[in-house]
Amino acid sequence: MSALTQSTPAAASTEAAPEKELRPPSYWPFVVPALVVVLAIIIFPWVFTIWMSLNEWKVGSPTTFVGFSNYLRLTSDPRFLEAVGHTLVYTVLSVVLPLILGTLSAVVFHQNFAGRGFLRGVFIMPMMATPVAIALVWTMMFHPQLGVLNYLLSLVGIPAQLWVFHPATVIPSLVLVETWQWTPLVMLIVLGGLAAIPTEPYESAQIDGASFWQVFRFITLPLIMPFLFIAGMIRMIDAVKSFDIIFAITQGGPGSASETINIYLYSVAFTYYDLGYGSAIAVVFFLLIVLLAAVMLYARQRMLWTEIASGA
Amino acid sequence: MANYNISRRTLLKGTAAAGALSLTGLPARAEVNWKKYAGTKLEVILAKGPRGDNLQKNIKEFTELTGIQVESEQIPEQQQRQKVVIELTSGRPSFDVVHLSYHVQKRQFEKAGWLADITPFMKDPTLTAPDLVESDFSAAGLQYAKNDKGQMLSLPWSVDYFILYYNKELFEKKGVAVPKTFDEMVAAAEKLTDAKDGTYGFVGRGLRNANMTLWTNFFLNYGGEFLDAKGNIQTDGPEAVAATKLYQTLLTKFAPPGVAGFNWMESMASFTQGRSAMWIDGVGWAPPLEDPAASRVVGKVGYTVVPAGPKGQYSATYGDGIGIAAASKNKEAAYLLCQWVVSKKQGARLLQAGGGVPFRNSILNDPEIQSGVKMPKEWLQSVIDSAKISKLGLPVVIPVAEFRDLVGAALTSTLSGADPATELKKAHEQYRPILERSEKA
Repeated sequence: MSALTQSTPAAASTEAAPEKELRPPSYWPFVVPALVVVLAIIIFPWVFTIWMSLNEWKVGSPTTFVGFSNYLRLTSDPRFLEAVGHTLVYTVLSVVLPLILGTLSAVVFHQNFAGRGFLRGVFIMPMMATPVAIALVWTMMFHPQLGVLNYLLSLVGIPAQLWVFHPATVIPSLVLVETWQWTPLVMLIVLGGLAAIPTEPYESAQIDGASFWQVFRFITLPLIMPFLFIAGMIRMIDAVKSFDIIFAITQGGPGSASETINIYLYSVAFTYYDLGYGSAIAVVFFLLIVLLAAVMLYARQRMLWTEIASGA
Repeated sequence: MANYNISRRTLLKGTAAAGALSLTGLPARAEVNWKKYAGTKLEVILAKGPRGDNLQKNIKEFTELTGIQVESEQIPEQQQRQKVVIELTSGRPSFDVVHLSYHVQKRQFEKAGWLADITPFMKDPTLTAPDLVESDFSAAGLQYAKNDKGQMLSLPWSVDYFILYYNKELFEKKGVAVPKTFDEMVAAAEKLTDAKDGTYGFVGRGLRNANMTLWTNFFLNYGGEFLDAKGNIQTDGPEAVAATKLYQTLLTKFAPPGVAGFNWMESMASFTQGRSAMWIDGVGWAPPLEDPAASRVVGKVGYTVVPAGPKGQYSATYGDGIGIAAASKNKEAAYLLCQWVVSKKQGARLLQAGGGVPFRNSILNDPEIQSGVKMPKEWLQSVIDSAKISKLGLPVVIPVAEFRDLVGAALTSTLSGADPATELKKAHEQYRPILERSEKA
């Protein structure tokens, strides 16, 4: 016990060092294994990536140190700048749409109706499938001449669409796949939130004669907000680094109309074997993700404060 | 090390020859000692496809012949290329024998020195069967396999010519003759297009990168050359603009909607469903087109060479080969395997199944092998005719992938109405520095 009190910094600073034979306990060996793992699989790859990004590093040729020229090249690389734009559009759409649809479906599945359990099971099926397999099926469904989607549209008299085969519609079409697959995840999270809401506010709202929309807007939505934030955060991280669906369906095409940073990064590093430049893209991409996450966290903190403020 | 090996073998060969001479009194004539490397284990990395299948299916014969054990794996083309490059860069590849795409990897492999020189093996009668001689390979094959110094770095395995597939039924219905020139092809495409009916005159690759292999057929026939004498890229000159205009016309006016996103798979789907009348792509698609389970046009497909342009008639040629990693410790055994892979028997099987076309003239022109071809005779004829007008379909540079991506993206943009000359110029402004950097390094 006395050893423990000795070790706290407060105790050490206020009291003079007592008897010398009491050796300070050494906890650091216990940290070593974790430290080694962290160094090996997180810190080292990062430092190495940054180092690579400062070199002209092409597979099959000698490497030369070039300072920040890879980063300067990024600023004048139209493909990269377009990719940043595509990534942002893709991310915003594939966060917002599943959030809206997932919330709505959670509200529906929160009601009591016959076969609810079975339908819930059916609803979350897309989430369980392998993205690449899904992507291949969707590619066939998108086919402008032979795909089932245009056939369905033709039944209701809508002209055939080009879906992923036209630069203007490719990103929304990809988002459609992403939304179809990940709405169930949002639904599950929100459903968990709904289950935790007490029933009293609803009862009093009913007595006060609130409409369905008013109940949703002023009771349900504020109470599930924290869950929506979690869902939004998970979706954002997934969407910004989305690769499999885009790569399997369009490989960034037509042209480069659906090339996100991730797809471009892959091309540069593993098709052009330009590891230095690819690393520079990876570093910038990482900073972008950190920035987005920081914005989300900041917004969440803000929300908590306003909640506390309004609650007090 | 390599020198020591060779000198030792030369010494052995000399001793063996001298011994044989003294015993028989006849002039020494060495035979291939197939069993010499019995017990060796080889690792092979293959790109997924009919070539790899053909190797794996019959590999037991090779093991019976040589006693060499072979472990092989097939990986989808794109991933195989990456894996191979990464392993070779590491200096310790896990394989001895590598299947490579010449049109993408030739220059890269040569510059990095990843492949063993097999020229001395080919001259060694104890290692090389008498029928395997350089002159048996087509010119394109040798161009692919040899480096600037004339060393053979691989054995040409299978060649891919681009040919014109056409739907005979649709042609007859509209009374259209098989086009012999680009002008006739455009006119035919126009006649065959009936958008209300959902049939189109032409289909082909519109997807960025993949589309370059179609476009170069046009480029070559307009008289285009990829590189000038100094190695500068010329694919934004007047020939390229003319080729792009033709590409734009065919794919925007007479092709199915959405063609900008089509690779060979979507193009083939449209063609096998009888929705498109003409399709220019690699020779290897005859088996699926003639497969009743996958195609509605079985027996109705015509095969012919790519129509002539104003400046000539060429068939854009691509191909793959099989080589030995310079880091391999079993080069001689690996060479025996490579030799077996391109042997007459294996080549005949490949050709007869329609899974590929051997680079060796002795296989392609053998009447007995020809009679065993399961594909239509017209297909074989289109292959033989294409061989006569074959020309490399992509520039031999290191950044082939960047070339295909950047110029390919320019082509795709023209499909949504952009101006060919402007788009090509823009793409080349981006590409030139990349090419210069790659050659400087």
